[in-house]
Amino acid sequence: MAQGNPLIEVVGLKKYFGEVHALDDITETIYEGEVVAVIGPSGSGKSTFLRSLNLLETPTAGHVRMEGVDITDPKTDIDMLRQKMGMVFQQFNLFPHMTILKNLTLAPMKLQKLSEADANARAMALLTRVGLADRAGAYPAQLSGGQKQRIAIVRALAMQPDVMLFDEPTSALDPEMVGEVLEVMRNLACDGMTMVVVTHEMGFAREVASRVLFMDGGRIVEQNTPQELFEHPKSERLKSFLAKVL
Amino acid sequence: MIAAIDIGAWFETIYAWLQNAWANLSSDFYLNFIKEDRWKFLVRGLGVTLEVAFFAAIAGIVLGALLAIIRTTADKAGRLRFLNWLAKLYITVVRGTPVVVQLLIINFVIFSSAFIDAVIVAIIAFGLNSAAYVAEVFRSGIMSIDEGQFEAGRSLGFSYGQTMLYIVMPQAFKNVLPALANEFITLLKETSVSGYIGLIDLTKAGDIIRSRTFSAFFPLIAVALVYLIMVVVLSAGVTRLERRLRNGAR
Ligand SMILES: Nc1ncnc2c1ncn2[C@@H]1O[C@H](COP(=O)(O)OP(=O)(O)O)[C@@H](O)[C@H]1O
Ligand SMILES: [Mg+2]
Repeated sequence: MAQGNPLIEVVGLKKYFGEVHALDDITETIYEGEVVAVIGPSGSGKSTFLRSLNLLETPTAGHVRMEGVDITDPKTDIDMLRQKMGMVFQQFNLFPHMTILKNLTLAPMKLQKLSEADANARAMALLTRVGLADRAGAYPAQLSGGQKQRIAIVRALAMQPDVMLFDEPTSALDPEMVGEVLEVMRNLACDGMTMVVVTHEMGFAREVASRVLFMDGGRIVEQNTPQELFEHPKSERLKSFLAKVL
Repeated sequence: MIAAIDIGAWFETIYAWLQNAWANLSSDFYLNFIKEDRWKFLVRGLGVTLEVAFFAAIAGIVLGALLAIIRTTADKAGRLRFLNWLAKLYITVVRGTPVVVQLLIINFVIFSSAFIDAVIVAIIAFGLNSAAYVAEVFRSGIMSIDEGQFEAGRSLGFSYGQTMLYIVMPQAFKNVLPALANEFITLLKETSVSGYIGLIDLTKAGDIIRSRTFSAFFPLIAVALVYLIMVVVLSAGVTRLERRLRNGAR
């Protein structure tokens, strides 16, 4: 596995919701240029793990370092670090009161102080890349689910992040729209973007991921290259999980 | 025969009564509105009512939004605990006491020794009162916005405040616009107690005319009609605005 520099380092991460141990002592590193797929049964802690990476969940214990900076340190400017970590949600979460163009330009203009012209140019280039340039003036409610998710992806990309985090980006979509979103993600991976993708799309994980993490019960039970993990699962839990989903 | 005479007399009585009533009405109308340009008195009163209601509404919205942000920040993020306690206390006190009493306290207790224009005092009193109600309206509006909107804003790198300002509040504002407009309508009517601190608003103007002319019907009905027309027009305006906002961002 050709590895770049460590981008996100997770050390001894724990997250408890009362009695529930959503994350139970996770230590893991995401390297530059990697596409890491996170799979596992529902409730195994995949979302909590992903959301801890940009501190949408505050860990109970442990550390997360992004490009060497400890984001769990209260003195860290988390807002600055989040600008480098794009996130895509299952439910899209586009801003319904703004046009598509405004959804893409808001953060670059307010946070990176881009001029409106520059922000528009950047947004239009991204929209063209996902084939939605003609919808720039539309509102989110006028788009299909697949279109919304493609917009959500380029909204995050408009901040030119160093890593993209995806939490089941195709799970809320009608089956016929899954392909168009995976296509955008595949292209992104080909361009060398570092990605962490929580997904139920085993085909995508197998084809696009450089590494697959299998989570169960708040732990990373097994991990490997997609070929090895899918062809030669070692743990019983992974075997029974794959038997169910494949 | 008897019936015919009776009908004739009856008719005459009614006719005379109507004639008399008309004469009375028109002289009453003259007395209450035309004489000494009394209608101008009502117009000036209306001006005061509108001035107080308008500026109090602005104060109420600004302060109410602030209170709502404090309340929801405490509920969502567990910060600003002390400010939240103060905000809750404020809202409870304001909503738990009559607005007339608040007006009197602000005029005669808080500004007792200061020479401040009664209009300013009324704006402050009604603004402070309105803020407590508007705060709860805004709070429910903010709470109605999906948590995902908030997380999307934060994940882009917006601070808590920026997320509120650019993403949550505009949507909340739109959602609560009808409730907010109803608050304004309530406020407009509530300013009718401004006479208690010597302000000559629409209501007081009508009442003064009544006390001068000793005829109650015209001035009071006129005052009531003016309020009614304003409320009906405002309500219609809100309905149209709602429709436009709905069409703007479906
Ligand atoms: N906000 C929360 N409050 C309480 N429990 C939670 C919360 N979020 C997640 N959990 C619990 O933590 C565990 C892991 O959840 P999650 O990370 O969402 O799993 P996954 O994404 O793999 O389905 C589950 O048992 C879930 O019920
Ligand atoms: Mg999940």
